[in-house]
Amino acid sequence: MPEAFVPESTIAVAMSGGVDSSTVAALLVREGRPVVGLTMQLWNQRRLPELAPEGGATGRCCSLDDVYDARRVAEQIGIPYYVVNFEEQFEERVVAPFVEDYLAGRTPIPCTLCNNFIKFERFLELADAVGARRIATGHYARVRYANGRYQLLRAVDSSKDQTYFLFGLTQAQLARTLFPLGEMTKPEVRELARSLDLAVAAKGDSQEICFVPNGDYAGFLEAYLRERGRKLPNSGGAILNSSGRTMGTHAGVHHFTVGQRRGLGIAAGEPLYVIRTEPESQRVIVGAESELFGSRMFVRDVNWISLAPIREPVRAEVKIRNKHAAAAAWVEPVADNRAAAGPLPGGRGSDSSRVEVRFDEPQRAITPGQAAVFYQGELVLGGGWIER
Amino acid sequence: MDVSAGCAQPMPFQHVYFDHNATTPVAPEVAATVVSCLGETFGNASSIHYFGQAAKQRLESARRQVAALIHAQPAEMVFTGGGTEADNLAILGVAREAAARRGKPGHVITSAIEHPAVLSACAQLEREGFGVTRVPVGAAGVVDPGDLRAALRTDTALISIMHANNETGVVQPVEEISRIAREAGIPFHVDGVQALGKAPVDVKALGVDLYSVSAHKLYAPKGVGALYARKGVRLHPLLFGGHHERDRRPGTENIPGIAGFGAAAQLAMQRARENARLAELRDRLERTVLDRIPDTGVNGCGARVPNTTNIYFDGIDGEALVIALDLRGFAVSTGSACSSGAVTPSHVLTAMGLSAERARASIRFSLGMSNTAEQVDGLTRALEESVAHLRRISVHA
Repeated sequence: MPEAFVPESTIAVAMSGGVDSSTVAALLVREGRPVVGLTMQLWNQRRLPELAPEGGATGRCCSLDDVYDARRVAEQIGIPYYVVNFEEQFEERVVAPFVEDYLAGRTPIPCTLCNNFIKFERFLELADAVGARRIATGHYARVRYANGRYQLLRAVDSSKDQTYFLFGLTQAQLARTLFPLGEMTKPEVRELARSLDLAVAAKGDSQEICFVPNGDYAGFLEAYLRERGRKLPNSGGAILNSSGRTMGTHAGVHHFTVGQRRGLGIAAGEPLYVIRTEPESQRVIVGAESELFGSRMFVRDVNWISLAPIREPVRAEVKIRNKHAAAAAWVEPVADNRAAAGPLPGGRGSDSSRVEVRFDEPQRAITPGQAAVFYQGELVLGGGWIER
Repeated sequence: MDVSAGCAQPMPFQHVYFDHNATTPVAPEVAATVVSCLGETFGNASSIHYFGQAAKQRLESARRQVAALIHAQPAEMVFTGGGTEADNLAILGVAREAAARRGKPGHVITSAIEHPAVLSACAQLEREGFGVTRVPVGAAGVVDPGDLRAALRTDTALISIMHANNETGVVQPVEEISRIAREAGIPFHVDGVQALGKAPVDVKALGVDLYSVSAHKLYAPKGVGALYARKGVRLHPLLFGGHHERDRRPGTENIPGIAGFGAAAQLAMQRARENARLAELRDRLERTVLDRIPDTGVNGCGARVPNTTNIYFDGIDGEALVIALDLRGFAVSTGSACSSGAVTPSHVLTAMGLSAERARASIRFSLGMSNTAEQVDGLTRALEESVAHLRRISVHA
C-alpha cells in the first residue's frame, strides 16, 4: 500500500506570513522541490482585547493579516497551503508554562518552548500527516552532519542568528530540518524576496513575544489570569537591599526581572538594580550594579546537540541571554540534584543532564529561567535552563 | 523572475468534491439564467420603464419558482442576501416585533445543534435582554419534542429549530414541534438551508411560520437566500431603506442571483430520482468505510438527508485527515465550513455526547450531483490509506 500521497521529497514549509519563511518557500519552489505550505495558528489575537494596541492587533504572529500574507505568497508561488490550528497545544505547552514561570520569579523564554514543542515537534507530526519527509523554516541557523551527529551552527548573519532559541532540538528533529536562510544575511533575504516579487518583501520584522503585545509582560500576566478567573497569588511586598534593609514597596514580583533598573520607585544616591526576586515572600532584592555580577551558575535539562553528552569539563563560550555576547567558561557535568524542585517546563525528562558553568570573567545579571547556550565558535554544543 | 513557472507541483489527479453541504457548483442552466440577467435583463426591478419591468418579471417569476419548491405562496417569500440573513431576519425580526408589542424582551427556544447563523442571532437576543433556551439532543442527534414542550414559557416569542443538520444530515421532528408551537400559539421558524432540495419541503403541511433557504446549497450562486414568512407573521425589519420585498427587506433586488435561485428551484423539482441516487452512493461510502476501516462509526442516526454522512475515525486528527485527503484530490470537511479551523470541536457532535477527541476525529462527507460511484470508491481507497497512515504515525508520536 503506498504510504506517501505527495512525492517523498516533499518539504513542509512553516509559513508565518513574514518575509523569512515566505522566502524559504519561494526558494524551494524555485529549486524545483515539491512544497506544501503550512501555517500554524497558535494564538488568537482577539483574546485579551484590553491588551490590543490602538487600531487592533496586527503585524504580529498569528494575526489575520499574517495568515492572509502567507496564503497570498502560497498562491503566488503555486503551492498547496493550509492553516492548522494549534492554539490549544500552544496555550498548554507555551503560554501556561510562561505564566507559571513568571509567577515563580523566573524570566522565561517562551520562544524556546515554542520551538521545542510546537514549531518542531508538532510541526514534524503535521509534516508526517501530510506525507512530507522534511520540513523547512525561516530560522537563521545552519545544520550539518558530521562525526555521526547532526550539528547546529550559528547563522552566517550573526545579527540574526537564532540558535539561542534552538538549543532544544533533538537529533531526530535536526535530521529532517532545513534552514535555507542560515547561509544568508537578512539584507540578502530581503533582496531575494524582492527579486522573487514576493508580496511580503517589504514587511517589517516581527518583534517581541508574539502573544505579548508591546513587551508588557506584567500586563499580559494580569489580563491572562483575569481571563482564566484567577488572581495573582500575591499583590505586593517589600523591596530590600542585600543587607536586609527595607527600601520601599512594590505591586508584585512579576513586575521585576533581574538586572532591571527602572520602575523601582526608589530615590537612592546610587543607581539600584534588581538583584533577585523571591516570589514566596514577595520580596524584591535590590543593590548596586556590582552585586549583579556572578561567575557561576547551574544549568539543568541540558540538551546536547553537536556533542555527545559530556563526561569531562569542556571549554565553551556561554550565552545567557539572546543579546549576550557569549563569554568563555568551563562547563562541567554535575550530579542531577533536583530533589527540591520539579523539572522546569521544557525539561526533556530522564535523559536530561545538569552542568555547572564557571565563567572566566563575572557576568552581569545571570537570570534564572533564561536559557544558557554553549558554543564553540560557530558550533552550538547544546544548552539548558539556568537554575535559580 | 516568474516564480510560478518553477512550480513543481504535479497534478496527478482530478480534484473531486465531497463537500456539497458547504456549497455547490452552479448548475449550467442556472449559470445561463444568471448571465442573461447581467446583460440582457439588467434593469432595476423598481423602475417604471421597459427595462425595469423586464427585471421585475424575472424577480416575480423566480419568487413563484422558489415558492413552488416549498409549497408556499409567492407573496410569502422574502428574498435576502443569503441563508444567514434569512435566519437573522426570522429570529431577530419576530422576537423584536414581539418585544415591541409587549414592551419588554421575551423568550426564545432553539436547540444546541443549530447553525451559527441561528445560535449567534439568539446570543444577540440574549444581549438584548431575552431569555434563550437551547434544548439538548440525544446521541442520535435529534431534538426531543418533549424537551421543547417543557421549555415553553408564557413569554416565549419564537421557536427556531433546523430541518436537517448541516454536519450530520439528521432530520429533526419539525412536524411534531410545529404542532406543539401551534397549540401554544408561538411562531415557529425552521432553518431549512440544508434540507432544501434534499428532502421534500411543504411549509403548509409542516405547519411552520417561517422557513429559511439558501441558493448556493442548491446549485445556484452565493449571496442569495429567502425567508418564507407565512402571511400574517409580522417581522421587525433588520435593514432600513426603500419599499422592496413588501417593506421586509430594502435594497435593489439582486436579480441575477434571485433569477438563478428560481432556475435552481425549477431544476430541483425535476430531479426526483437524484436523491435516491445520492442515498445509494452515501450508503455505499458508509458501508465500505465501516467494513474496511476499523474503529469507525457514523455520527447521528434515524432519518437523514440522503447526501450527508458524518463518520468518526478514532485515533486520528480530523484536520490532518482533511489535508491528507485534499493532497490526494478529495475535498471533505471536519464540519460546518463556517467553523473549520476553529479550536473547539464541533458543537453539534459534542452536543450529541461525543468526546472532544472523537468529535475531532470526525469527518463530514456531503455528496452532490456530480459524484459517481467511481469517485466514492476512489474516496474510500484514499480514506483507507490515509487513515492507516495517520494512525501509524500517531502511534509513533
